[in-house]
Amino acid sequence: MNARAPKEAVIKMYAKREAIHPREVKGRFATLRWACVWLTQALFYGLPWLFMHGRQAVLFDLGARKFHLFGLVLWPQDFIYLAGLLIICAYGLFLVTAVAGRVWCGYACPQTVYTEIFLWIERRIEGDRSARIRLDRQPWTAQKVARRTAKHLAWGAVALWTGFTFVGYFTPIRALGDAVAHLGLGPWETFWVLFYSFATYGNAGWMREQVCKYMCPYARFQSAMFDHDTLIVSYDGARGEPRGAARDGSRGDCIDCSLCVQVCPTGIDIRNGLQYECIGCAACVDACDTVMDKVGKPQGLIRYATENALAGRWNTQQIRARLLRPRTIGYGVVLLLMAAGMSTALALRTPLKLDVIRDRGSMGREVDGGRIENVYRLQLMNTGERAHLFRIQVGGIPTAAVVDEDVVELAGASARAVPVRVRVDHGAARTGSNALTFTVTAEDDPALHVTEKAVFIVPR
Amino acid sequence: MSDFTSGFWNWYVTLITVLGIAGCAILLWSQSRHKVRLDDKGQPEKTTGHVWDEDLTELNTPMPRWWMIMFYLTIVFGVGYLILYPGLGSYAGRLGWQSAGAYKQELAKADADYGPLFAQYMKRDLKDVAADPQAHAIGERLFLTYCAQCHGSDARGNKGYPNLTDNDWLYGGDPSVIKETIMKGRNGVMPPMGAALGSDTDVENVAHYVLSLSGAPADPIKVAYGKPKFAACAACHGADAHGNQMIGSANLTDKVWLYGGSPETVMETIRKGRNNTMPAWGEFLGEGKVHVLAAYVWSLSNTPGAQPGLQHEVAAK
Repeated sequence: MNARAPKEAVIKMYAKREAIHPREVKGRFATLRWACVWLTQALFYGLPWLFMHGRQAVLFDLGARKFHLFGLVLWPQDFIYLAGLLIICAYGLFLVTAVAGRVWCGYACPQTVYTEIFLWIERRIEGDRSARIRLDRQPWTAQKVARRTAKHLAWGAVALWTGFTFVGYFTPIRALGDAVAHLGLGPWETFWVLFYSFATYGNAGWMREQVCKYMCPYARFQSAMFDHDTLIVSYDGARGEPRGAARDGSRGDCIDCSLCVQVCPTGIDIRNGLQYECIGCAACVDACDTVMDKVGKPQGLIRYATENALAGRWNTQQIRARLLRPRTIGYGVVLLLMAAGMSTALALRTPLKLDVIRDRGSMGREVDGGRIENVYRLQLMNTGERAHLFRIQVGGIPTAAVVDEDVVELAGASARAVPVRVRVDHGAARTGSNALTFTVTAEDDPALHVTEKAVFIVPR
Repeated sequence: MSDFTSGFWNWYVTLITVLGIAGCAILLWSQSRHKVRLDDKGQPEKTTGHVWDEDLTELNTPMPRWWMIMFYLTIVFGVGYLILYPGLGSYAGRLGWQSAGAYKQELAKADADYGPLFAQYMKRDLKDVAADPQAHAIGERLFLTYCAQCHGSDARGNKGYPNLTDNDWLYGGDPSVIKETIMKGRNGVMPPMGAALGSDTDVENVAHYVLSLSGAPADPIKVAYGKPKFAACAACHGADAHGNQMIGSANLTDKVWLYGGSPETVMETIRKGRNNTMPAWGEFLGEGKVHVLAAYVWSLSNTPGAQPGLQHEVAAK
C-alpha cells in the first residue's frame, strides 16, 4: 500500500433519495390492486355525498361533538366504540398479516392506493419507466417543462379533490361545495382542505416508498406477526438459481431479465429474500409470470409462498393445511369475540344517557309534614334522533317521590339539565345516606329507559 | 420585567435557549458526516467503523437527506418563533402576543357572537323576557352555572341562602329590583343584639316574641316579657315586624326563616347577628346576561304573561 495515500475518507450519513420509476405491470395481482383502488376510492369519494334522514349519512361533526354514522348518532360518551373499532381493526390486521403478510400494505393502504393513482397519471403524461428515466436526465427543455407542469397540475387536482372530500367528512360537504363555488370558504376550512391536499400530493407524488420505509411504524413491527407459515412474496431460489440467460441447461429458470426489480415500487430486488421494504404488492409476481409464459416455463418462480413451503417444496394444499395454527386461531378468536361484543353493545345501546348530580350545597332540608327533601340535577341526554317525553321516577326508598313536574321533553340529539326535588316521608329513610335510584323512561316507548344510582341524605 | 428585580433570569433563560438551539445545529452538522477507513481498493468501507462485542459492525445505511433537512427546518422554525413570540427571556416577541390578549380576543368574539342576542333581550321589558321560552332556557342554564352553588339547582335555597321561588323577598320582588340585586349584589347585616337587649333571658324572651309573630309555638309569658324589648329591633324590622325592603331587613311575621325557625336558631341570630353577602355579578356577567337571569328568577315565583289577578291566585297556592 502506498504510504502517501489517505487512509481515511469522510462519508455522508444522509443520502439523497434515489428516484424510483416503477415499470407498469399487468397481471392477476395488478388487477386485484386496481379493484381495491376502485372500491376504496368509490367509498371514500362517494360516502360524504350520501344523504339520509335529511342529513349527510356520514358526518363527523366535531363542532357539535356528534358523529353521524348512517342511522347511528355517536356522542363523546360513546368513544368506547371507537376504541372497540380500532381494536377490531388491529386484530384484523394481525390475522391478515399472520396469514398472508403485508397484503394491507400492498392492496388497500391509502399510501399504496394514492401512489398507484398518482403513478397512473405520471405514466399517462410522462410515459412508462424508460421514458421517465430519460425525462429525468434531460435538460429543462420546453417539452420537459410542459410535461412536468401538466403532471403536477393533474396531481394537484386529484390532491385538492381528496382534501376537499376529507374535510367533507367533518363539515357538511354540500355547504362546503357551495362555499368553494362562491369562493366563500372560511379560513379553517381553507387551511384543512389545503393541508390534506398537500399531504396527498406530497405523500403520493414525492414521498411514496419513503413513507413506508421511514415513516410507517407498521412496516417495522410486521415481523412480529410473521412466522414460517406466513405467505410472503418469495423468489424460489432452488428453481431459479443459478440465474442467467444461457439456455444450455446450466442455468436455473431465472433469466435475470431484472423486470422484477424494474416493477418494484420500493426499488428492491426480491431475489435477495424477504426485506423490510417489501410491501407485498406482488408486482414482481405479475412481471415474472409474464416472462415465464414467454420463455415457456411454469409460472410461480416468484410467488406468494411460505418459508416452510419453499424449504419443503409444498403444494397449495400443504400450505393451506398450515393456515390453522395457534397464532391465527388466537387472532381469529379474539377478533370474533371483539366483533361479537361490539355488535351486541351497539345493538343493545340505549340512546338515552343520565347523570345524577346531587346538589352539594345542602345535605337535605325538612319541609312541611316533617318530610325530607333532597335536590338533584339530572343531566339528561337524548342521543336518539327523535324527540320524546321522559318520565322521571325514583325508587329504592319507600314513599320517595319526585316533587313538581316529573315529565320533561327533550328534542332529538339534545341534552338538558333538569333540577329535581325528591321527598321522602318522615321515618321512611334512616338518618344519613340512603341508596336511591332514578329511572327515566320515554312515555311513548317503555323500552327506552335508563336507571342511575344516587344518594339520598337525611340530616341529623 | 417587573417580576424580577435583576436581569439575571432573563439572561439565564435566553442563554440556555440560544445555546440549546446552537447545540442542536452543531450536533446535526457533526453527525451528518463520519470518518471511515479506506479499504484496499481505496474505497471507503461500508461500515461506520464502530465495532461492538468483537465482531458486530455497524453498516452505513444512510438516512434520507430530507429527514435531516426537516431537522434543520425545525431550527429555522424555532428561531422564527422566538422572533415573533415571547420565549427568549423577557423579550416580548415582534407580534406582541400575550395569553391575556388571547383571552380578551376570545371574550370579544363571544361578545360579538352572543351580544346581539342579549342586546335584543335588553331592549325588552323583564316580564316580557320572562315569557320568552328561549330566554327562559338561557336563564335556566345561566342559573345552573352561576347561581345554583348557593341557591340550589331548584332555586329553593339553603340555610343562609334565600329561596327564590316563594315570592318572599328581602329587597323586593319587582323584576327591576331582582336585576339590581344580581347586578350590584347585596350586603345583609343583622347586628349582634345580645348586649343591647341585656341578659340571655332577654334574648330568649325576644326570640319567643318574634316566633309568636308568625304563629309559631311560643311561651306566652316570655312573649309578654319580650314584646317591650322588641323596640330595639323595630328600628330595622319596623314596629309591626314586617321588615323593610329598602334596607333588606326580614319580615318576621311569615314562616320564612333564612337561618331556621327553631327557638335556638332565632336566639343565636339575635345574640350574634348575621352577615350575608350576595356577590355582584354585573361586571362579571355583563348586563345582558343579568337581564335574562333576572327575568328567569322572577319567573320562578310568578307566572310570566299571566294577568296580575291570576298571579296572586297562583302565588296563594
